[in-house]
Amino acid sequence: MKDRLATVLLTLIAVIIIAILFGLLGFILKNGAAKLNWHFLTSPPDLLNPGGGIGPQLFNSFYLLFLTMAIALPIGLGAGIYMAEYAPDNKFTQFIRLSIEVLSSLPSIVVGLFGLLVFVNLTGWGYSIIAGAFALTVFNLPLLVRITEDAIRSVPRDQKEASYALGVTKWKTITTVILPAAIPGIITGAILASGRVFGEAAALLFTAGMSSPDLVYSNFDLNSPTSPLNVFRPAESLAVHIWKVNTEGLVPDARAVADGSAAVLVIAVLIFNIGARWFGRWLYRRMTSASAS
Amino acid sequence: MNQVERSTVVGSQSVPQQHGKSSADRSEIHRKLLTPNKSHMFGDLSGRVITLLCAGLLIVVTLSITYFIASKGIATFAFDGVSLSEFLSSSKWDPEDEPAQFGAFSYILGSFIVTVIAALIAAPLGIGAAIFMTEIAPNFGKKVLKPVVELLVGIPSVVYGYVGLTLLVPLIRDSFNVLGFSLLAGGIVLSIMILPTVTSVATDAIETVSQDLRNASLALGATRWQTIWNVVLHSAMPGCLTAVVLGMARAFGEALAVQMVIGNTTKLPGSLLDPTSTLTSGITLNMGNTIPGTAYNNALWSMGLLLLIMSFLFIVLIRILGRKKMV
Repeated sequence: MKDRLATVLLTLIAVIIIAILFGLLGFILKNGAAKLNWHFLTSPPDLLNPGGGIGPQLFNSFYLLFLTMAIALPIGLGAGIYMAEYAPDNKFTQFIRLSIEVLSSLPSIVVGLFGLLVFVNLTGWGYSIIAGAFALTVFNLPLLVRITEDAIRSVPRDQKEASYALGVTKWKTITTVILPAAIPGIITGAILASGRVFGEAAALLFTAGMSSPDLVYSNFDLNSPTSPLNVFRPAESLAVHIWKVNTEGLVPDARAVADGSAAVLVIAVLIFNIGARWFGRWLYRRMTSASAS
Repeated sequence: MNQVERSTVVGSQSVPQQHGKSSADRSEIHRKLLTPNKSHMFGDLSGRVITLLCAGLLIVVTLSITYFIASKGIATFAFDGVSLSEFLSSSKWDPEDEPAQFGAFSYILGSFIVTVIAALIAAPLGIGAAIFMTEIAPNFGKKVLKPVVELLVGIPSVVYGYVGLTLLVPLIRDSFNVLGFSLLAGGIVLSIMILPTVTSVATDAIETVSQDLRNASLALGATRWQTIWNVVLHSAMPGCLTAVVLGMARAFGEALAVQMVIGNTTKLPGSLLDPTSTLTSGITLNMGNTIPGTAYNNALWSMGLLLLIMSFLFIVLIRILGRKKMV
């Protein structure tokens, strides 16, 4: 009897969790569906009249993601390789592990505060994309290191030893044998990490700022404040925009803008998530010519 | 290893240096085989150094975060004459008053209460889901529940805050006839946010319980539930606690989602349905509006330092739990 009851209860919990996810997604997508049109996605926000869009915010989010990954990926790869292949079992390695643990459990607002001190004030950059990208790097790095390390550790030992047996140096073995085998895992993880970066807001409030200048998309002068590619301009990301619209609510159609932005953000994150799975599986099949699984 | 190779090669032939012209080719090959390739050696060394630098950077970042936040956070107590005990225990927060009051107790209390509410809701749900996934329906769990949990992880915190604001706050407002912005709303939003963390870590913990233990229990005639409750959960207890603590650490540091539903008043809450503030919401709202260097601004940095210290404490707790091993 008790056994039956427990099974029912546990099944109920599973159903609740699934219901929460689909309830959330349904709610967000249903509310935002009306806003999902080209005009909303491309036009700049309007502070006085209803009908503003999220064009610059969307661009900023992708640009921030690109810059963050450009900085974080090489460092994460390097540190991950070190942890998996070189790190001796000593105090120094333990300290690195502790650092990774500290960084990954750091509240993102604290990362934002650190970014404000170092990348905004100390460097004199002010609220800027580059400051935001560095803050997001700090936020993202521990995850990338873990992903790389796990992917490298899961490469079969035989492959490494076969390479050593041929007289190949350790570094050559890493770059030509181990990394190619680990790449599917690393890419899948990196795409998932991108989804996290894309939705992050707290670390950006005080680094990339809460405003976005009017962007002129034909302006490629990197020093011009209206150039979208200028890394020293402030840049409000989509996630920050949702927060700002909801809390300040100065825009007349704040609710509708928030609905639409949340839907766009969630769709983007879903694409990252599903894309990572699909791409990882495809790449794995491609590189190992495995027909099964 | 090099030494061994050399001696065997030398041993199999006469001493190479004394060879005549006829075996010049052979000695050339010998030389090539026995002297390390300079460019390969250089690549090997530089690869090692570069990766070491990348890993070392993690330490540099961690230390500098600690240093910078601490040096700003201590200023409140060192220069602005606020005593530590006042900051931690007084609930008089009035930075614009003369003299300004910096008692952050209501912020601290708010942070702890929402974290505890979140843990109380997420722990049974998360561990229950973990049991379901490992013990009851592994197939369904792996194919449906696990991806669902992973998608929940991916949903950004502002989206949770936004849903809380548009769905949960009005719901609480209507059903209890209160403002709606409340500790309860904050706790519920956080519980859903940390649910995936708790579930996935608890699943890992339960999966590592050896199958032999389960079989032994079942062989003794225990039902599935008795096995789960007495054997599986018992031996996975440290792991499940780690899952909850990890979730709490995340809840404690979450900023925007909480800020959107907590109401942001600096009064001490009278009940769970009252609005209040948390450390993170206080920082989020006021850091941009205060002038750097003022006592008010420094007090916010002290709150940031408190968050950092709490995050360290959570790590210590997790490490202690990790060392515990139950059979």
